Amino acid sequence: MHGWTGKILRVDLTSGTVRTEALNPATARAFIGARGLGTKIMYDEVDPTVDPLSPANKLIFAAGPLTGTFAPSMGRFDVVTKGPLTGAIAASNSGGAWGPELKYAGYDLLIVEGRAAKPVYLWIEDDAVAIRDAAHLWGKDVPETTERLNEETAADAKVACIGPAGERMALIASIMNDMQRAAGRSGVGAVMGSKNLKAVVVRGTGAVTVADREAFVGAVTRAATKIKEHPVGGTGLRLYGTNVLVNILNSVGGLPTGNFQEARFETADKVGGESLAAHQLQRPKGCFACIISCGRATKVTNPKYKGRGEGPEYETAWGFGPDCRIDDLDAVTKANYLCNEYGMDTISMGGTIACAMELFSRGLLTREDTAGLELDFGNAEAMVEAVRLTGTGEGVGVLLAEGSYRLASRFGHPELSMTVKKQEMPAYDPRAVQGIGLNYATNNRGGCHVRGYTISPEILGVPVKADKDAIDGKPELVVLFQNLTAALDSTGGCLFTTFGIGADEFAELMTTATGVPYTADRFIRAGERIWNLERLWNLKAGLSAVDDTLPPRMTGEPIPAGPSKGAVSRVPEMMPLYYAVRGWDGEGVPTRETLDVLELA
Amino acid sequence: MGMMLMIHPDRCTGCRNCELACVMEHEGAFRPKASRVHVYTWEREGFSVPMMCQQCKDAACTTVCMPKAMTRNRETGQVELDQSLCIGCKMCVQACPFGCVAWDLATAKILKCDTCGGDPSCAEICPTAALEWVEDTLSTRTRKQTFAAKLKNAFAEV
Repeated sequence: MHGWTGKILRVDLTSGTVRTEALNPATARAFIGARGLGTKIMYDEVDPTVDPLSPANKLIFAAGPLTGTFAPSMGRFDVVTKGPLTGAIAASNSGGAWGPELKYAGYDLLIVEGRAAKPVYLWIEDDAVAIRDAAHLWGKDVPETTERLNEETAADAKVACIGPAGERMALIASIMNDMQRAAGRSGVGAVMGSKNLKAVVVRGTGAVTVADREAFVGAVTRAATKIKEHPVGGTGLRLYGTNVLVNILNSVGGLPTGNFQEARFETADKVGGESLAAHQLQRPKGCFACIISCGRATKVTNPKYKGRGEGPEYETAWGFGPDCRIDDLDAVTKANYLCNEYGMDTISMGGTIACAMELFSRGLLTREDTAGLELDFGNAEAMVEAVRLTGTGEGVGVLLAEGSYRLASRFGHPELSMTVKKQEMPAYDPRAVQGIGLNYATNNRGGCHVRGYTISPEILGVPVKADKDAIDGKPELVVLFQNLTAALDSTGGCLFTTFGIGADEFAELMTTATGVPYTADRFIRAGERIWNLERLWNLKAGLSAVDDTLPPRMTGEPIPAGPSKGAVSRVPEMMPLYYAVRGWDGEGVPTRETLDVLELA
Repeated sequence: MGMMLMIHPDRCTGCRNCELACVMEHEGAFRPKASRVHVYTWEREGFSVPMMCQQCKDAACTTVCMPKAMTRNRETGQVELDQSLCIGCKMCVQACPFGCVAWDLATAKILKCDTCGGDPSCAEICPTAALEWVEDTLSTRTRKQTFAAKLKNAFAEV
């Protein structure tokens, strides 16, 4: 096979057995790779009602067919599993160089099953696969674990690991790779911890081949040119990173503030990408094969929050910043570093602290509960300390580690958790931007922006401007973005390439790389197939139409001030149309005809 | 006048597109281990440095090469490897002080940057011009100017 390596590595940690399997070419064509193929394997092999932290859940590391090639910014992979935070299918996407290295070692996917009796790590060097003792690494943070593993395996090996948060099965734990990149969402790090798997270290000396070399190089050149010539993909993201969005969202009154009580933050500019570029930024960084370079190598010299590392991204800066009514970018950046070091999702961490601050401000969470920590909105020091406590599993951190839904429920107010399917919503107020709200409500992994990023048309005007307040045409728009993203995630591609290219370019890259004739329509259809399979999984897991909702605040409490004053989310009006566009019945269940068309029946 | 590959580590994002372009050009597949350029990244600092043959004037690899397969082309200023003369003794691998000559077990041959015959694919693909194919006289001047500007700014603040 070309593009795909054609091989799957399967490791059972309970029995300690390792075996390889051939990748079925027809399945690969239909589900592409990464998120799509991972979901297909979960669907075929794992009971959706399984306890996500039990040995019966599987943890799949999946690269795409374009991963490891020089298709522009397309070196990514997904971690697919049942998410313990949501109970839904999880596919957390990450960049760095780990995914390509898995391909060079000879594998499209690594399936981890069972549970090791004691802490272990996997050392994969081409055909040689060893399950090694990790007792000496247990308790170590991500940078230290990464460095130790590079010392005891190979200096050029790539490391994906969990930090102390994942070890303790914190429901907001991430899996970190290449020290600074995160498969962040849905608690995939807790699943890794539940398996007693500290790390997967991989080194590959092999090749990824393409079907038509000349045509592929031509397709790459054309796609790269379009991305480079785009004002966002080519210039904006390198200059200011994703955090350029703080001021943009604030200017339209769509920047959730104070746990989504407001949608505008007076001093938001202080935590924006422009401020970051002027103060903490050392240089832009790129993931493997990236031409966009949105990564931020940063440094904080302020002794109180001293540190260095990568970030913050926009959602991180928002979560620890405006959502907590904090405008100290040093503190925000430090909180980001701590998340990377302990292995925690920055969006869920920020959203959970914001929720805790609202509970605290209402007297529902007391000083007794926080062991004296003054979790007031705007208290930057307390925010950073709350992150640290969550990482170490001390004090109030034990409660925060479960995410905001369980926290707010514990204190009797689940409605104060700004989550969808128990996962924290990101940095775009669904009252101010109607399409993104519909995407949150229907997203297969809960509150998530990157699976249907309608912010592009609704805020940035890419590829065409859509009225952010309108609901006409939004169900169709959301469905299209969700389908396209499901397909492009599955190639190993980065979402940000859509600032420049679309389905046509992806189809050409896929065709020339794999030799399988994809058209734009077939490509998007594959995405629709993947989306529906995720939906089927969730339905079998026990989720239903009642879970396709936003927190009541989004429909019941109008934005109090600013440019979007008075707005509420109109998701309830859009939902029947969304189901209809999807070819689902009134209960949100895909109809027989829909499944037939998608060859999922 | 010759040309040289100028490395600007301060511009490097660690994306390794150069490795991929190099190995696709020379091997027809994406096998970065066989690339003639490699990028080393320090993840804590987020700093990356691309490394490749420096095309030395007094090149250790040419001195130790018994069959004279590795020679310096005076006209272009490049150190060239004639694979047909190479006996695979790997003396050049051991002699290079930069570690920029390697032995590839898979293809049983020496890997060394040949500047793609005067049109290096690594410099062409580099998204931030961290690798530049420049005239060897002008190259140093640009860097001098860059550092001069930094000095100027530093002094201007005093």
